[in-house]
Amino acid sequence: MANVLAVLEVRNGALRKGSAELLAAARRLADASGGTVDALVCSTGAVNTDTLGAAGADRVLSASHADFANYCPDGTVATVASVSAQYRAIVVSASATGKDLAPRIAARINAPCAMDVTSVDLSGDTIRVVRPVYAGKALQTVDLRGSTVIAVRPGAYAGLGAGKAGANVSITVPPFTKRLDVTGIRTANTGLLDVAEARVVISGGRGLGDPKHFVLLEELAAAFGGEAAVGASRAVVDAGWAEHGAQVGQTGKTVAPELYIAVGISGAIQHLAGMRTAKVIVAINRDKDAPIFKVADYGIVGDLFEVVPALTAAVKQVKAH
Amino acid sequence: MKIAVCLRRTPDTTAKIVIAAGGTSIDETGVKFVPNPYDEYAIEAAIALKEKAGAGETVVVALGADSVQETLRTALAMGIDRAVHLQGNASADGLENARALADHVRGGGYDLVLFGKLAVDDYGQQTGAMVAELLELPCATAITMLEIADGRATVEREVEGGVEQATCALPAVFTCDKGLNNPRLPSLKGIMAARKKPFDIAPVTVAAGAVTVASLVLPPERAAGRIVGEGAAAVPALMQLLVSDAKVI
Repeated sequence: MANVLAVLEVRNGALRKGSAELLAAARRLADASGGTVDALVCSTGAVNTDTLGAAGADRVLSASHADFANYCPDGTVATVASVSAQYRAIVVSASATGKDLAPRIAARINAPCAMDVTSVDLSGDTIRVVRPVYAGKALQTVDLRGSTVIAVRPGAYAGLGAGKAGANVSITVPPFTKRLDVTGIRTANTGLLDVAEARVVISGGRGLGDPKHFVLLEELAAAFGGEAAVGASRAVVDAGWAEHGAQVGQTGKTVAPELYIAVGISGAIQHLAGMRTAKVIVAINRDKDAPIFKVADYGIVGDLFEVVPALTAAVKQVKAH
Repeated sequence: MKIAVCLRRTPDTTAKIVIAAGGTSIDETGVKFVPNPYDEYAIEAAIALKEKAGAGETVVVALGADSVQETLRTALAMGIDRAVHLQGNASADGLENARALADHVRGGGYDLVLFGKLAVDDYGQQTGAMVAELLELPCATAITMLEIADGRATVEREVEGGVEQATCALPAVFTCDKGLNNPRLPSLKGIMAARKKPFDIAPVTVAAGAVTVASLVLPPERAAGRIVGEGAAAVPALMQLLVSDAKVI
């Protein structure tokens, strides 16, 4: 029987988005063998967990500690390790925080770890996962034996909405040494989302000609009303036109939005690797032979300085209705 | 300041991936191998910190087959003082590799142990944090800023929608992200000097661990798309497709 512990992420006293998706993945593993799903919430004490039962948690384990005001890897690892013997699998979201946490837990409890997992299955003694490698240029299927730590890629599983009410249990945070002191988060003030989390990603490349032209993409992103992020190709990040955090591709972020709009990006293999799993890809480029058109669902050949403003106006019009 | 950098050899990021016979690895024929791009940020950080301190030693360590020696030489050519090749086959289980590295680093008197945030081949993203945990050292992953003063480190790392800030005492383990610095290129003088730098080979046996790669396949091809039209005149047709067909707006 595979009991599963989902370690949820808290920021500023609230559960991070992705918690329901993670519980859906946990549910899938547990249900394959009649196991249960526990959700662990490490916080200072006042996190609303009312939705977690419906999202798939049989129980919510609340671990309160003053050091959990910010992300506290050492305390979280100690807490997970104190209950880990009850679980066949420990799952986290493959977010920046989850990816930091998973290998620490794995090393502490002597378990193998799989990151950025897009599919999980239980078969006998083995947990089988699929994960993109070579930045999505290939898919690796891996078998993990024994207790296992898995970081599930955001978006891989849709959240459930029809679970039963979860029971609430308080657990004690064991003594731990706070080796790393996270002092806070400086939030970006652009008002735009992170490319890894946005439903719509609009990326710019060399075709923009000048860093100041990114404003065209920011305007298009703004037209989507808070669900879009602006990304960039490696070439323009290396040229200093955009922040490295915006880079999509093999040495940047791998994204899987519902809509990806590539503007003035030729489509180097490095870039394609990072966005090929988007649901719909649109390419705007003046070179009709650009490789980006080979992966794009819809392409417009033309001058981006005419096409992008027209598209911005059209999106605004649709959104206004 | 004594700093260890743990290094991986990876295919160049422009490499086209072909699956090898057996279906669990890539065909390395014709593939150019380079130091893992994220490890270059760790190498640069190590060299720059030693330069700033004016004293100390930088050591690059790699686990793997003999092919990794070329990669270690590149690190020496960039300016690292000494190389250690942990000669043996790495496991598919990152924890076993972390154990081998931790066993080597333990007792080495290092103030810092640096890694790249991930290797661009298997995307394991775990070795650095595991080594830290095994050595019971402070750790921050995917750092984009590192300052050392009075035996403490201040770091920044990107999280969704912001930059997380943290501090810890040394010794510590960090994994390095793009944005930390601009790695230098090996100079001709550096390449010449690298030939005379200490290069130790230490055989290791890495346990098989609890992970097996069952298969490696290419992702499904995307269905062929189409050119909607030319110029701004094509925008209404594109909108129609996005709103009515694809339903993404």
